[in-house]
Amino acid sequence: MRLGLLACLLALAAGPAFAQKQVNVYNWSDYIAEDQLKAFTQQTGIKVNYTTYDSNEILDAKLRAGRSGYDVVVPTASPFLVRQLAAKLYQPLDKAKLKNLGNLDPKIMAALAKYDPGNAHAIPWMWGTIGIGYNVPEIRKRMINAPVDSLAMIFDPAIVSRFVDCGVMILDSPTDVFPAALKYLMLDPDSKNPEDLEKAAAVIKAIRPFIRKFHSSEYINALAGGDICLAFGFSGDVLQARERAAAAAEPRDIAYAIPNQGAMLWIDTAAIPKDALNPDAALRFLDFMMEPKVAAASSTLTRYANANVPATALLDKSISGNPWIYPPEGNRARLYTISAADAEQVRIRTRLWTAIKTGR
Amino acid sequence: MSSRSVFLARSQPMRLVIALPFLWLGVFFLLPLGLVLGIALGTNSPDSVPPVELGVDLASFRLLFTDDLYLAAWLSSLRIAAISTAVTLLLGYPMAYAIARAAPRRRPLLLMLVMLPFWTSFLIRIYAWMGLLSENGILNQVLRGSGLVADPGTILGTEWAIYLGIVYAYLPFMVLPLYAALEKLDWSLLEAASDLGARPSTAFLTVTLPLSLPGIVAGCLLVFIPAVGEFVIPDLLGGTQTLMIGKVLWDEFFTNSDWPLASAVAICLLVLLVGPILLFQRQQQRSLERRS
Repeated sequence: MRLGLLACLLALAAGPAFAQKQVNVYNWSDYIAEDQLKAFTQQTGIKVNYTTYDSNEILDAKLRAGRSGYDVVVPTASPFLVRQLAAKLYQPLDKAKLKNLGNLDPKIMAALAKYDPGNAHAIPWMWGTIGIGYNVPEIRKRMINAPVDSLAMIFDPAIVSRFVDCGVMILDSPTDVFPAALKYLMLDPDSKNPEDLEKAAAVIKAIRPFIRKFHSSEYINALAGGDICLAFGFSGDVLQARERAAAAAEPRDIAYAIPNQGAMLWIDTAAIPKDALNPDAALRFLDFMMEPKVAAASSTLTRYANANVPATALLDKSISGNPWIYPPEGNRARLYTISAADAEQVRIRTRLWTAIKTGR
Repeated sequence: MSSRSVFLARSQPMRLVIALPFLWLGVFFLLPLGLVLGIALGTNSPDSVPPVELGVDLASFRLLFTDDLYLAAWLSSLRIAAISTAVTLLLGYPMAYAIARAAPRRRPLLLMLVMLPFWTSFLIRIYAWMGLLSENGILNQVLRGSGLVADPGTILGTEWAIYLGIVYAYLPFMVLPLYAALEKLDWSLLEAASDLGARPSTAFLTVTLPLSLPGIVAGCLLVFIPAVGEFVIPDLLGGTQTLMIGKVLWDEFFTNSDWPLASAVAICLLVLLVGPILLFQRQQQRSLERRS
């Protein structure tokens, strides 16, 4: 009797693994055109359980706790995917089942192979830059010749202090802001050397009094609504703010600039956790993500560049020809990527960041 | 009679009924607490799942006492929780008093009004405050529109907004225990005080206040304890400059993915909160025994 009950429970627990009729996708919010999810179910008969998160850290913690229950997740390549690969959290991709793999941009694949040798575990989804978002008339009003395409706009106290009355926000992310401050100091943006980080921290501390808030998503609404006039943030987020600001009752002109000193290039990837219950459905979903129409529809929504070559032709000229989304070759040479830090380096960086933010 | 002998004196089915809540506490409180303690004594191991190597290593606790960040965050959390609790008490006491002295048929409606905010999600209510307090929010629009203040400044993102949020969110937890204490009060005692020549203020201080003390203590604990570890309100309404232990814990767990240190912070927070409460309770018990 008791054994029978146990068998029933086991069958229940293992049920979804045999059914193969659903896929559990955990993605960033607003990161895939959701009508495409219906198209996937129509095409394959596989139901999509779609849930979202808004920070890499949340995904990281769920994966590290084990048995997350997700079949497809979308981590940023560095430092997240690379650290998760070291912990063996992903399964290798069965490339024979990914017939759309040839659509992917070889340059982005090469950049990704730095973190995932041979592109064995992850495919690139969207990519973008971190730069300067600003309200054009408000900045001009306060500084006619403001160097909007220079990191000095953010890191030079004499310049950023002029915009304190109209509001400045910076990403609340040491992994994104320290490299930029290092670049501003003409040091290696990927440096993990504590002395270099101290110097970068001194630069950020000096501008701390002029920053209204460190936050990684509030600046979208704040820029669009006129609550702030300057932000250091993600390209696509600034462009989403630009769309909203242009459509507002009182239209505002928001622009984006890739700093001429260089900007961080980040790549978000799609991968299958090692303990995924529906790995075959997950592979079909990845293959679906690599269809040009799916990537194109998602880029139209997110204003981020996708890593899909044939998708470019399907995009509206206002996106594929936009230098803020698809930087011209000359600008792309100035983009840099960063590597992962070890636990001790992460601790030092987080500690410095807390000290900066709380002004201690 | 000690609680143990009471337990033994009960009949078999009665014992089962009493055992049930203990079983519940054991499974859902002591066991998780033991797990947290176990993780706190382990070492951080980023490349394993979960990222902890079990053992007996006090390194995480040592770091808590060598880096002043944790002490500063704890003190700052205590200060914010203490100020918020004091303000909540000052606002909640008159409210509870007014409800307790209202006509009995009106009391259910008034109590209902106190609890009404719970019908809306906590998060939505805090987001609503963001809309009220932001730079171009409703409050500033009204202030500017009325012509009273040209540049009202922004409350959102300051420590004031945190106090406002905590007092707003926890006020019902203060009012309800206070009401329960005041409602039981024998008002004829106040009449007696007045007959013996006590002024209303004297009567309040010598009769009402001491008799409502259990309600004050219960309300203050219900507000103070969750306020110390509050994370959502400071994150959404506060600025980045406010250091709180909840945020430090978040950083350890998510940004540094250092589970042992995050667990050590949680254990210390618990010990530092439970210690004084136990002491307080023992003293209360003693004064009760002395009285009887």
